[in-house]
Amino acid sequence: MNPEHIREIIDHHEGGKKAGIIPILEDIQSQYSYLPEEALRIVAEKTGRSLVDIYGVASFYKAFSLKPRGKHLISICLGTACHVRGGLRIAEEFERQLKIKPGETTKDKEITLETVNCLGACALGPIVTVDGRYFSNVVSPKVREIIHKARTGLDRVDIKTDERIFPVEVACPRCNHSLMDRHHYIDGYPSIRVTVSFEFKHGWVRLSCLYGSYSVDSEYKIPDGVITNFFCPHCHAELIGASECMTCGAPMVPMLVRGEGGMIQICSRRGCKGHRLDLT
Amino acid sequence: MISLTINGLEVSMEEGTTLLEASRFYGFPIPTLCHMDGLSPYGACRLCVVEIGQGANAKLVTSCTYPVEEGLQVRTASSRVVKARKMILELLLASCPQSKTIQDLASSHDIRQQRFKQEFEDCILCGRCVRMCEEQMAAKAIGFRGRGEKRSLGTPFDMKSETCRLCGACMYVCPACELRCTYTELDKAICGGCANLSPPCLEKNSFDDMMCYMEPCVACEVKKD
Ligand code: SF4
Ligand code: SF4
Ligand code: SF4
Ligand code: FES
Ligand code: FES
Repeated sequence: MNPEHIREIIDHHEGGKKAGIIPILEDIQSQYSYLPEEALRIVAEKTGRSLVDIYGVASFYKAFSLKPRGKHLISICLGTACHVRGGLRIAEEFERQLKIKPGETTKDKEITLETVNCLGACALGPIVTVDGRYFSNVVSPKVREIIHKARTGLDRVDIKTDERIFPVEVACPRCNHSLMDRHHYIDGYPSIRVTVSFEFKHGWVRLSCLYGSYSVDSEYKIPDGVITNFFCPHCHAELIGASECMTCGAPMVPMLVRGEGGMIQICSRRGCKGHRLDLT
Repeated sequence: MISLTINGLEVSMEEGTTLLEASRFYGFPIPTLCHMDGLSPYGACRLCVVEIGQGANAKLVTSCTYPVEEGLQVRTASSRVVKARKMILELLLASCPQSKTIQDLASSHDIRQQRFKQEFEDCILCGRCVRMCEEQMAAKAIGFRGRGEKRSLGTPFDMKSETCRLCGACMYVCPACELRCTYTELDKAICGGCANLSPPCLEKNSFDDMMCYMEPCVACEVKKD
């Protein structure tokens, strides 16, 4: 950790005068993957707050970690749906193979294990995510493979390098109802219909089902750069997962891929092309 | 001045005073635990509940944090208040049965049995020590950490604090640190022997080892002579 770097982060936030200390801590956490003690001391000194207060905030939120985290984060869903489908057994299997408990990091600082409550894809449970990528219907024998994939790094299907164009059929990750609209075609294929809300407006959006195409049609014009909330038009659950867009940091919107099995995630920011595809 | 009624008595109080201060000023007792004169109100223990409002709108509020309001009708000992207070005390007693403060409060509110599992917590998270350290000692050495079940009290990183003045004020005000009078049998809940004509500690020679906090103590006075 470089103290100068921490000072820069604090200066960048004007010493926390405007928005408080949480954005400062978030930045430090994203740079170092945890909050080093020394950094908290510098934050206390530079913002003129006491160390107890800063420590209190840092230990309150689950998003902050006071212990170094591994390079990769494995999150096991223990939400209600995944729990009843045996999420607990999956968690135990991970604990056994990695020889750590949830919240801990392996000795080689490679993998951090955590349990979370609902990742927004209950229909495919038990769900495990590795660095924000989904593994669905996980069973104990698959655990070894997931750990191996986490260690070797998952291959990222990044649109900048990926030229593949193919149609996908998607469904709501909560209720498993198809999101395909066979009455409206975009790019010559049935469109994907979801509900979106932004700036007090609530309406439908149709997306092209071609992987790699960004054609959309919507009830209201969505201004560029605006983050919208996506909902399933059938069960009305919000389509929201745990990961953030690699490009712009907005929340990602998960959808199930029919047929192949897997998850596709698209960025919730209008105009951002960030997305990722995890096929199982 | 603000006029309100407390237990049917029309009273007036200066704006900004709390219901607790008003009630105590007019002689209506309200038990408190996390409240302490000289420290800011905190509202953690809920022991000081009183009932305000009428009919279906009546509700329980913590008097130590609720400011006086024009025309408010306050009841400090309605059956609903007494019932809630007893339940709170029973729960407090279960979480920290070794605290003499809580024991005394419980017995003075007619609690004669322990229905809940005893947890023997070291801390009831009343926040007295935190406020004492910050507001009176200007040290801010200790504070709350974590959340929910894991909420605990201490210094950042559990390390010896650089700002602590070692004044001991935090321990002085802590209702959980304060130990009970147990005679020589430490596992006994409370001795209470001094209510006898000849207190048992008179005969024991190992008096120095006793966890006795009676003050003034008849037994000790007798022994001195
Ligand atoms: S002893 Fe230390 S922690 Fe306790 S009140 Fe005094 S300064 Fe604060
Ligand atoms: S340590 Fe004592 S005074 Fe401090 S919060 Fe706990 S019970 Fe209250
Ligand atoms: S003063 Fe003596 S008899 Fe009384 S409670 Fe304490 S130890 Fe027991
Ligand atoms: S309960 Fe696991 S994804 Fe919802
Ligand atoms: S004294 Fe009012 S809540 Fe504790």
